[in-house]
Amino acid sequence: MDHGYQQHTNTNAHLEYQSGQGRLNILGFWVFLGAEVALFSTLFATYFVLMHRTANGPVSSELFQVPSVLIMTFLLLTSSFTCGLAIHEMRRSNLKGVIIWLVVTLLLGAGFLGFEIKEFIEYTHEGVTLSTSAYWSAFFVLTGTHGLHVTLGLGWIILIMIQLKQRGLTPTTTSKVFISSLYWHFLDVVWIFIFTGVYLIGMVMHHG
Amino acid sequence: MLKHSRMLITMGFILFTFLIGGCSQLTVLDPQGPVAEQQKDLILWSIVFMLLIIAVVYILFIWILLKYRNREGHKGYASHHEGSKWLEIVWTFIPILIVIALAVPTVKTIYSLEKPPTETAHKKPLVIHVTSVNWKWIFSYPEQHIETVNYLTMPEDRPVLFKLTSADAMSSFWIPSLGGQKYAMAGMQTELYLQADHIGVFEGRNSNFTGKDFAQQKFKTEVLTEVGFQQWVKKTQIKAPKLTKAQYDQLMQEGLAKVMSFSSTHLDWVDHAKDSEYALKVRNKLEKPSISSEKKPHKEHHMHEKGGME
Amino acid sequence: MKWDQFFITDEPLIVGAGISILLTGLGIIFVLTYLKKWKWLWNEWLTTVDHKKIGIMYILFAILMLFRGGVDALMMRTQLAVPNAHFLDAQHYNEIFTTHGTIMILFMAMPFLIGLINVVIPLQIGARDVAYPYLNAVSFWTFFFGACLFNISFVIGGSPSAGWTSYMPLAGNELSPGPGQNYYLLGLQISGIGTLLTGINFLVTILKMRAKGMTLLRMPMFTWSTLITCVIIIFAFPILTVALALMTFDRLFGSHFFTLASGGMDMLWANLFWLWGHPEVYIVILPAFGMFSEIISTFSRKTLFGYKAMVYSMLVIAGLSFVVWVHHFFTMGSGAAVNSFFSITTMAIGIPTGVKIFNWLFTMYKGKISVTTPMLWSLGFIVNFVIGGVTGVMLAMGAADYQYHNTYFLISHFHYVLIAGTVFGCFAGLHFWYPKMVGYKLNERIGKWCFWIFTIGFNICFFPMYILGLDGMPRRIYTYNASDGWTELNIVATIGAFMMGIGFILLVYNVYYSFRYAKREQTGDAWDGRTLEWSTTSAIPPHYNFAKIPEVTGLDGFWRSKQEKETENVEYKPIHMPSYSGRPFVMSAFLFISGFGLVFEWWAIAILGAIGTLICMVLRSFDYDDGYYVNVEEIQKTESVYKEV
Repeated sequence: MDHGYQQHTNTNAHLEYQSGQGRLNILGFWVFLGAEVALFSTLFATYFVLMHRTANGPVSSELFQVPSVLIMTFLLLTSSFTCGLAIHEMRRSNLKGVIIWLVVTLLLGAGFLGFEIKEFIEYTHEGVTLSTSAYWSAFFVLTGTHGLHVTLGLGWIILIMIQLKQRGLTPTTTSKVFISSLYWHFLDVVWIFIFTGVYLIGMVMHHG
Repeated sequence: MLKHSRMLITMGFILFTFLIGGCSQLTVLDPQGPVAEQQKDLILWSIVFMLLIIAVVYILFIWILLKYRNREGHKGYASHHEGSKWLEIVWTFIPILIVIALAVPTVKTIYSLEKPPTETAHKKPLVIHVTSVNWKWIFSYPEQHIETVNYLTMPEDRPVLFKLTSADAMSSFWIPSLGGQKYAMAGMQTELYLQADHIGVFEGRNSNFTGKDFAQQKFKTEVLTEVGFQQWVKKTQIKAPKLTKAQYDQLMQEGLAKVMSFSSTHLDWVDHAKDSEYALKVRNKLEKPSISSEKKPHKEHHMHEKGGME
Repeated sequence: MKWDQFFITDEPLIVGAGISILLTGLGIIFVLTYLKKWKWLWNEWLTTVDHKKIGIMYILFAILMLFRGGVDALMMRTQLAVPNAHFLDAQHYNEIFTTHGTIMILFMAMPFLIGLINVVIPLQIGARDVAYPYLNAVSFWTFFFGACLFNISFVIGGSPSAGWTSYMPLAGNELSPGPGQNYYLLGLQISGIGTLLTGINFLVTILKMRAKGMTLLRMPMFTWSTLITCVIIIFAFPILTVALALMTFDRLFGSHFFTLASGGMDMLWANLFWLWGHPEVYIVILPAFGMFSEIISTFSRKTLFGYKAMVYSMLVIAGLSFVVWVHHFFTMGSGAAVNSFFSITTMAIGIPTGVKIFNWLFTMYKGKISVTTPMLWSLGFIVNFVIGGVTGVMLAMGAADYQYHNTYFLISHFHYVLIAGTVFGCFAGLHFWYPKMVGYKLNERIGKWCFWIFTIGFNICFFPMYILGLDGMPRRIYTYNASDGWTELNIVATIGAFMMGIGFILLVYNVYYSFRYAKREQTGDAWDGRTLEWSTTSAIPPHYNFAKIPEVTGLDGFWRSKQEKETENVEYKPIHMPSYSGRPFVMSAFLFISGFGLVFEWWAIAILGAIGTLICMVLRSFDYDDGYYVNVEEIQKTESVYKEV
């Protein structure tokens, strides 16, 4: 069989790497993550440039709550771990294991998102919104972009789980699971930067 | 192709003579002060190298094209001639040397332009606050307690320190005869030293696009002798009215304005370098519907103020 | 928003343009219906995932945009020909230079190059399509609909008028009310998605889909330049995405990133814009460099001189492109140290660029040069680009830039690099690969007339602008006084601009003339080419490109195999190809609807469009169409037809 736009199959590799298109998609997704790094770097740079521009409004240390942020961090870090377990089960060709761990990942991710929404609502009640000051604009857009990514990730993983149910573990479905796991780990890494760069520094900083 | 290359050469030659012939009258190459003078020197220095580079490329280009164009009796074809270490080294290192030759005076001039000109470093600079507001220039002389709109007066042979800011859009303060420009930005203060060697009137303007009447945001710079300048200051202090807040708030509207003079400055109550919102607040207060709800700011907002003299 | 403000009715020129668009549109609909071509249009073009067809659509769109941007330019030149002219008023002039800049860079230069990349790159590396054919269609349609969104602004709601750089706070709500600036933000945002996806797609394509034997250092120079361009796109476009999004938030949702109020920082926009904007300049010049390399090598009948130096110099240019952005605002007062640093990095770009110029010259040295139209554009590039290049070095010198900044000196410089570089490159590439796209060459005689009129007009138009700049004429002014002393040179420049317009008309006429009269190519090798795209059995490659994937034994693979004159006995195997899909078109149309809703802050429409887009993405996720196989008989039939001819 002479493959056209795709490459040859390789039955010795992991399932997700077996089809030519699967390999291409995984590489392409890595490249996409490179673009995502550029995107979040720009948002971080914007955040740090505007860090002291609170326009006599509330500052971060007045609002940031340690426990809630710690719980969020714990939830997301754990979800990254359970996502890794799902991939581990996938390598063992255990469909049920994959589904279970993906469900756990989803629940943890949803928990994270719930806390983030709760945090935003509380800030709004304190009178702090997107238009309070340049600092808060940067805060909401940076964390909000991450939150939006998490939301899309949840929807995406649900779609993939349905396909797993329908089709089982095939080269195509496994490459999808693998790619979504890359995405999920990436969001975890971004969160670590938000946790340190935004929350930890924001709790001790008193702005300018 | 021979015909074409000749035409190219002729064209280049005509343009070149045109350029050199016209140089002496071009504003930027006809400096009226030490700042513009330094910049002119730098420009001419770089033009020499650039003409040299162009000459080398054009000569090689014409020679190779004439010699190796495919025609009868074509000689010297070598399909696998694909590189030469020595040539590569030559045309990498000569440009590096040229860049160094240009970078050194560039950096020197950049640093020197941050300070008042050396010849007059012993004189105390005259400080003028410059505020840009769509599409006007406001000049405040804090030590003399006078303020002018859309015209600038300064003494010769004395460094002038312009402190630039803007009430709204980002604009650029530029008097090409006296020296290069610098941005004026709301909530910021930038500084620019200029100096004039002789008396005269020079064109100044905003060169950074700021919307509708940007092309009209110009001002005349009158350079007087030190004595003439002091007389102008006295006359203005005595004859010009005080600037009222209401009058100033009128100036904060978008639009054009005539030249005006006042015997007090707006710095008494607002410095746009510290308060970037002033003009917007005034506009919201004074002019309710017409600016913000208009689809396109088509209507003229010309002002017909009768402040001052001139 | 009132309805009389929705459609622009108070400008005769715009009304005229609006009516002519409407009539042209109706005409096209009539012709399509009359000839019963709707189905053909949908099946063959709107749903295609074939890189060659997508490339042709990109190029067609780019030429259309070249027309629009060119008309803008001619209107500006008409207004500026004499002092105190009343052809355009200030607001209209401001809109026109804004759309001229935006369209020429983002909707003309980019799609022209991406179009040529689409047509050529898979063929040049011996692949049957790109890595992600479906995504390629998404790229084109998001780009297309984003550009359309931007373009409808001038008849519906009003064009943006804050300059293509859209500096804040000028572009903010207070100083630029109305939908115009929103069009800019959303049009660019949507089309930017397409560009980013193209970058990813071609990076993976070039890295992973090259024919056997084509190592990285055997890749043709156009492939190399595309690869490097893709890397720049991947890192630069997300910056634009963020910058546009932040300004959109400022305008629509009351945030304070760049505003005057509540701590916003206008300088941040300028920095973000040029952090993308400068790499963007190299995104539109590097592919052109690659094309010139191919063309000069082909028509000198010689291997490219200094191949490795060419590759390294492009890598250096790509790296430096990210560390020079401050030179766009030396006058912001960032301090002597900052300005010195960025002066030096900017001047340093001259070094690798100079290396490339000399390598092109020495590619011709000891060659057998035939001056065809594509070669003529390449030669014209060398002569004119050098002028743009050296004035670029002059502008890089921070202290002198205080005098050049915002003047016609700068205008002239970037037109000398962008027209002599990018536009000449596009024209050269178009003439060169035209037989590959349609099966016949463009007429050489008309092509040469077009070149000379366009190039001479270009110099007459832009060279005087250097002098105008040194005489203190600022850019973006809609009029000037006779006392400024700029009249004569402005008249000259306007004459040159209209000559360029005539050149463009000749190009379009050439397309028509060649369609009617050109001799059809019998083989795939129209120019005695050197690289794999010329090795296809037919003039226009079949949809699968290669019946058998070629093997490469060195640089200039096809040239080598021709020298060896090997006759191969081909044994065909079934070929796997991707299926066409209408979803990219539909999804992008939903994005357009969503963007249109956001422009006018009609939230329901915006949300509707977003939901439609998401549904398309979900459907794609469940799409397990793996493509189809072209069987051996069909391949044999196709190939034998070509061989008989």
